[in-house]
Amino acid sequence: MSKLMSRLGGLIVMVSANAFAEYGFNMTKGVSSVARDIYGLHMMVFWICVAIALIVFSVMIYSLIVHRKSQGVVAANFHESTKAELLWTGIPIIILVLMAIPASSVLIDLEDTSKAQMTIKITGHQWKWQYDYPKEGISFISNLKQGSKDVIYSGNRHKNYLLEVDNNLVLPVDTPIRFLITSNDVIHSWWVPDFGVKQDANPGFINDAWVQIDEIGIYRGQCTELCGKDHGFMPIVVDVVSKADYAKWVSKQQAAKAVTLAKSSKTWGEEELISLGQKVYNTSCASCHGITGKGIPGVFPALKGSPIATGDIKKHISIVLHGKTGTAMAGYKNMLGDSDIAAVITFERTAFGNQMGDLIQPAQIKAAR
Amino acid sequence: MTTVTDHTDDGHHGPEKGLMRWIKTTNHKDIGSLYLWFAFVMLLIGGAMAMVIRMELFQPGMQLSEPQFFNQMTTMHGLIMVFGAVMPAFVGLGNWLIPMMIGAPDMALPRMNNWSFWILPFAGGILLSTFFMEGGAPAFGWTFYAPLSTTFAPDSTDFFIFAVHLLGFSSIMGAINIIATVLNMRAPEMKLMDMPLFVWTWLITSFLLIGAMPVLAGAVTMMLTDRNFGTAFFDATGGGDPVLFQHIFWFFGHPEVYIMILPAFGVVSHIIPTFARKPLFGYSSMVYASASIAFLSYIVWGHHMFSTGMPVAGELYFMYATMLIAVPTGVKVFNWVSTMWRGSMTFETPMLWAISFVFLFTIGGFSGLMLGIVPADIQYQDTYFVVAHFHYVLVTGALWAIIAATFYWLPKWTGKMYNETLAKVHFWWAVISVNVLFFPQHFLGLAGMPRRIPDYSLQFADFNMISSIGGFAFGASFILFTYILIDCIRNGKPADARPWEGAKGLEWTLEPKAQYHSFNIPPTKVLIEQESQNS
Repeated sequence: MSKLMSRLGGLIVMVSANAFAEYGFNMTKGVSSVARDIYGLHMMVFWICVAIALIVFSVMIYSLIVHRKSQGVVAANFHESTKAELLWTGIPIIILVLMAIPASSVLIDLEDTSKAQMTIKITGHQWKWQYDYPKEGISFISNLKQGSKDVIYSGNRHKNYLLEVDNNLVLPVDTPIRFLITSNDVIHSWWVPDFGVKQDANPGFINDAWVQIDEIGIYRGQCTELCGKDHGFMPIVVDVVSKADYAKWVSKQQAAKAVTLAKSSKTWGEEELISLGQKVYNTSCASCHGITGKGIPGVFPALKGSPIATGDIKKHISIVLHGKTGTAMAGYKNMLGDSDIAAVITFERTAFGNQMGDLIQPAQIKAAR
Repeated sequence: MTTVTDHTDDGHHGPEKGLMRWIKTTNHKDIGSLYLWFAFVMLLIGGAMAMVIRMELFQPGMQLSEPQFFNQMTTMHGLIMVFGAVMPAFVGLGNWLIPMMIGAPDMALPRMNNWSFWILPFAGGILLSTFFMEGGAPAFGWTFYAPLSTTFAPDSTDFFIFAVHLLGFSSIMGAINIIATVLNMRAPEMKLMDMPLFVWTWLITSFLLIGAMPVLAGAVTMMLTDRNFGTAFFDATGGGDPVLFQHIFWFFGHPEVYIMILPAFGVVSHIIPTFARKPLFGYSSMVYASASIAFLSYIVWGHHMFSTGMPVAGELYFMYATMLIAVPTGVKVFNWVSTMWRGSMTFETPMLWAISFVFLFTIGGFSGLMLGIVPADIQYQDTYFVVAHFHYVLVTGALWAIIAATFYWLPKWTGKMYNETLAKVHFWWAVISVNVLFFPQHFLGLAGMPRRIPDYSLQFADFNMISSIGGFAFGASFILFTYILIDCIRNGKPADARPWEGAKGLEWTLEPKAQYHSFNIPPTKVLIEQESQNS
């Protein structure tokens, strides 16, 4: 009996789950028409399953209570009924067809990206996202925020722990947006539950998806395809703003880009290079090569005393710019600016006891590109 | 043993003594036991890894492992449970039971039977040895998607590839043996439609194995050449396609799912009629439903790949084909319920496991149907909802049936009875804790927690803690299970030849502990019909 109670209890929990959706029992209703349609389908199929479960389990539970030997029941001997079998083959088919019709129409809508008015290119990297606004000429990398990284192993974990990044993706509200999604290394998957968008990022191929966001706000998601060591540490944060604010943000980004360009043409001092280099190293390199440059033996090579970091500068610049084919080492040509690359190479050749004492200037990187 | 060359004498010798008995044995019962013990050890190893996973996920933050090690744990847990525990356990059950159920003296290919078992410990050993290699064990998930498992994986991956090849050899040989045995060694008077359902489901499973395992071998061979010989099957820079890997993997992987569940359907179809004291309802529709499920399993692989960028037409096709599986699966559940209906039920331990199988597997079936709806799957894909789904069908489905079968046929294997009270305590302990473990994972997935992450944000903390507590309790239940088994083997009271009142089947006509060589003379037509499930 207590078995039956525990199952019934389970069902009650599932039903009340619906009423407490905001406490993280159920799927989000989301902020786009696609997400709402998906939620509707999800709830429809869920209630159909609950209804079938109630019928089947009630019959079974009734039988378990009534048809027992201890009640003095003598077993019947029937073991076939063509009528019953036709019925329980036919009825499920009808139910399935009724489910398939709305599911097909939602699917066709969510795969049709032709109505989009703007395009964002999303590139997955181990373990960060890169966002490109091709028309606006904006491009940036979005890493897990340092505040979260600092408390992974110990400390007080705050709200949005592991769901915050250094550079949010900024999008305008009420605009049909197309995402072009790809990857630079392994397969990732870009998922923001509130948008109803989950699309794999495949290296060498471009997938698409679309969304029109109805409400201003901040929406969070995560990578959902196992992509190696830090798969759990590459969140997505989207800042959805009004169209006017979006236009302001775009011009601010374009202005900032000009400043960065100007900086890269001056000559940098040692301290400047090393302090910027350490920052860049910690966000872009440390997840593989380690904060102390020791790497992971057999998986990621160490930089401490490595032949590249203590050898020919040209080779060092080349590997950072172009990566190394056949390994996890990516090229940073399109991810980092000249100053960042110059700084990080300077840092790598100075830190971890490498003590090479070279200063690499942004101009050298520009020339090597 | 004397050096007699006359083959008619074979029926009179017993097993060799000592360790050599197990190394040299060609006896289906010995080999069945070897398979079952191997599976049990692997279950405990894979279970220990699950405990590490649940400990790490007990609360937010990284407490006891590094992300890379956590990925090794989830990967090896999956590989060991699928290839080391569930599949060998069913082959073990098949070895023990099929010859006895069809009135055959042994398997058709006894020497190959020995080999297909003895490959396993080596394959398992090679797989586990990767933990001690530079770069560590595979950390790319049990589905080992390229290019994470090719360009981006450590050198130890080549040992993983070799181990998968060996496991594949073993499975294919086991399947050939079962097909040959069922089709050639059946008692002459036994028609196909007299065969017990466990034999039917295993026959169908064997064809799935023969079809699916070579595809897996192909996938790992392509990985091997991509990694070492400069090919680019899965590398776009060389003209390949990483999604091709997923098509090949799931063309194996989906039949694999039914390889693990069809024999479970067979087991439950024996236990429920026995304890309902009523013939199995719809014997022939059970056979046809199993065959339909097997056929459909080959044409639905794309439903694992709805987020890969498949064209709409492909998604629609795979959605419709997937939904179709609900029909034959539903038929099975309805047949089991109808078998119970107006029966005269008692609730000995095997029956408890079988009934809870029907409840919990059905819940896994419902979440499976939900996952088949493509737009909804976009939100479920690669979240804990999927984790909950496949643990409901594999733990409370496949593993439940293995445990049910163990209690049901243990008296025939050992000639002794297990401790019924302890076994019932164990059942309630396991069935409650397993639901505490896996049910909250539905909520976690719906609320947005991806699978295969070593750490999570605070909103997922409560359900993860509940799930972990359930996990520890469920893990501990196997200590009691081990005790019950050893206690039965050592101190069990003698069992009757037919310990269950309503049991039907040729195996129950043997001695209480099935003799080392059984059915040297095939059973008669009368006996076969009397013991048939299709009455």
